[in-house]
Amino acid sequence: MVEVNLWSGLRKFTDGAEIVEVEGKTVGQVLDALIATHPGLGPVIEAGISVAVDGEVITGGRQTPVGEDSEVFLMQQIKGG
Amino acid sequence: MAKDEISGKEFKWIGTTPDRPDGLDKVTGRARYGADFNLPNMLYAAVVRSPHAHARIVKIDASKALALKGVKAVVTRADLPTGLTGEDLYLQENTLAGEKALYDGHAVAAVAATSQLLAHDAAQLIEVEYEVLPHVTDVDKAMAKDAPVILPGCADHSVPEGSAPNVARMIEFGRGDLAAGYAEADLVREGHYTTEATHQGYIEPHAAVGQMGSDGKGEMWVCTQGQWYIRKMCSAVLGTDPAQLRVTPSEIGGGFGGKTTIFMEPLPLALSKKAGGRPVKLVMSRAEVLRATGPTASASMDVKMGMKRDGTITGAEVNFRMQGGPFPGASPVGEALSCAFACYDIANLNHVGWEVLANRPKCAAYRAPGSPMAAYAVESLVDELCRELDLDPIEVRLKNGVKEGVRASYGPKFKKIGLAETLEAAKAHPNYAAPLGPNQGRGVASGFWFNHGGETSVSLAVSEDGTAQVSVGTPDIGGSRASIALMAAETLGIAYENVRVNIVETGALGVNEPTHGSRATFASGKAMWEAAQGAIKEMCKRAAQKWDIDPEAVTWKDGAAWPAGDNAGKFEPLSIKEIAGEMGKTGGPISGHHESTPSGAGPSFGTHVVDVEVDPETGRVTVLRYLVTQDAGRAIHPQYVEGQYQGGAAQGIGWALNEGYIYGEDGRLQNTVFLDYRVPVASDLPMIDTVIVEVPNPGHPFGVRGVGETGITPPLPAIANAIHAATGARLRALPMNPPAVLAAIKAKG
Repeated sequence: MVEVNLWSGLRKFTDGAEIVEVEGKTVGQVLDALIATHPGLGPVIEAGISVAVDGEVITGGRQTPVGEDSEVFLMQQIKGG
Repeated sequence: MAKDEISGKEFKWIGTTPDRPDGLDKVTGRARYGADFNLPNMLYAAVVRSPHAHARIVKIDASKALALKGVKAVVTRADLPTGLTGEDLYLQENTLAGEKALYDGHAVAAVAATSQLLAHDAAQLIEVEYEVLPHVTDVDKAMAKDAPVILPGCADHSVPEGSAPNVARMIEFGRGDLAAGYAEADLVREGHYTTEATHQGYIEPHAAVGQMGSDGKGEMWVCTQGQWYIRKMCSAVLGTDPAQLRVTPSEIGGGFGGKTTIFMEPLPLALSKKAGGRPVKLVMSRAEVLRATGPTASASMDVKMGMKRDGTITGAEVNFRMQGGPFPGASPVGEALSCAFACYDIANLNHVGWEVLANRPKCAAYRAPGSPMAAYAVESLVDELCRELDLDPIEVRLKNGVKEGVRASYGPKFKKIGLAETLEAAKAHPNYAAPLGPNQGRGVASGFWFNHGGETSVSLAVSEDGTAQVSVGTPDIGGSRASIALMAAETLGIAYENVRVNIVETGALGVNEPTHGSRATFASGKAMWEAAQGAIKEMCKRAAQKWDIDPEAVTWKDGAAWPAGDNAGKFEPLSIKEIAGEMGKTGGPISGHHESTPSGAGPSFGTHVVDVEVDPETGRVTVLRYLVTQDAGRAIHPQYVEGQYQGGAAQGIGWALNEGYIYGEDGRLQNTVFLDYRVPVASDLPMIDTVIVEVPNPGHPFGVRGVGETGITPPLPAIANAIHAATGARLRALPMNPPAVLAAIKAKG
């Protein structure tokens, strides 16, 4: 199981949980599992977010590997100038 | 000579400062910018823009314009497809207003004619009937429940029920226990700060030549930071197939984020299609650029922080409100929140942000979007706390500063970063100890930007003479052709002059994100290195064939293939020139390519120290000396890294002291030319001193971190802090122009 940290505005979709555990070996699998277990997160994830895995902000790359010990954060989508 | 800390090898090219490959073209006028493109049989376009901040469009009558001889086409929203949703709809709505004009300068119609003069005359003849509606341009007023409603139903899932109708998004995140944090503090202070919208201020206005036939196949030459974004966005707005639009970027006279999206670019294509496929040229005036292309957001910000007597920050919170124009998704409030406390290791934090719609132009990214405003608020309050507790501002930042392994304020743990090194460099610099005279003060601030990888595709081809061409999709806005050429020369072992880096059109590579997020040297450079490995592998294979040995027994060094060791056999090395000269007979062209969305874009931190003198009679602020220390990871071309630092500081000085959108009561922009919208010129600026800190980024083969954006983040608070040190007056609103500074001095008494 992978622990996913959510920003507090998302906790209304997870019964108040700040950290959600899901199955997944890649960023894409983790996001799909999040939507499957907490459908309210679907529109947020589909609208565009950033994911940090072990300190790296992953802006694309659904195939990026995620380990069971990985630290995963959902973050606001970051744009640059 | 720079050294690779991983291999211990000394670099030959990295860290040197040769002339930029595009330099001669630029100084001799050969470089072709957007407005320099001309095609046979070309038409010229002009745009009709709303003179109202908010108005219902009752009727558009183009009959008089179309009756003029030489007028070939008029387009309005009725000519564009319907049924778009989300950002595609907002892009279309911004390209040409639909039912309502949403800001002063919003495009309503466009016309193409056989001359520029005729196009402007024809635009004057297009009659638009408006029903003027109430408007709002101020961010706090736009958040009022009785504010004029700009886009009904704009709120997304995050907005609490009962919120004001112009609130589009609400963000909240944090950690720890704020009340406990403040209870632990010896001093708790809070402040309210505002910043006005500022424009990226690029010298080159938007310009494009577009051609599109009735079959939807088209071509465009355009000044842009991202040709693939132009292709995708124009195609969405026009309902055409992206693959049928070929977009070639011109040289670019500045972008700073403002050219990562579209504003008028679909119009030449739509006009061309309606004019029988004749190419159409559209060049914006400066007033059009300021009225109708993306400035950054205006912001209203509250900050509260608690500090112990020893300088430890025990708790902190922000509440930011930012307007990004009349469409959701344009404000950088999310980035601002994430950057607000990114420099600090604080246990107890909360961030709240509100995106608000207003009758202003659609915001675009501007150099570290959101971070300068956040830094202005937070770093000003940190300075207030330091002064009240009589603490050195650099020591306090060193005490609380983030380092490797610390959890960032926005969540994940930092890898290797260089904030402390920038602070130590600032502390050690002579500027920090320079004596100050009467009415002079010193300010310090730090800043942060994430940096970005992004979709990237690069190819590298070896020529018959052993030189190399690198094709990249990231337009060169800061010297990236030079930095990529240096990295290619280092990787291949050939001379810098023997590498040509080309910025190519959309048909030549896979999709590339724009040059944004400080990514060009990082991402295109990393992809070039991978592509070069492919070419090197092939060259080793060709040598192995010639020597009749295993390809694994060949190694690449100093621009040549060598036997890997004595066991491989005794052969004279084969140079790239020798291998390339025979490649037609040994297997064909040699090239490498790489496509990826690279991770590992290490964040960049910087610290600025500024000394100012304030004229107590006029409030005029003179910047006496300015120091930028920033982590570049590895400076591939140190002069161009310095240029980025100095450019960021110069833009930040303008934002702090003079720049700002001024709206009249009628909601119209008052300062639409550079005479009234005052960017700093050379005589306003001192020599900006720089220290390039190098804490190599482990996510890049040469240690590169993006350097383009962090430099604009600290100047706003650093100057505010310096003005306070000089006068005792704390300015919590930008710009800090002479009337504002004088009023603050007088208010202090």
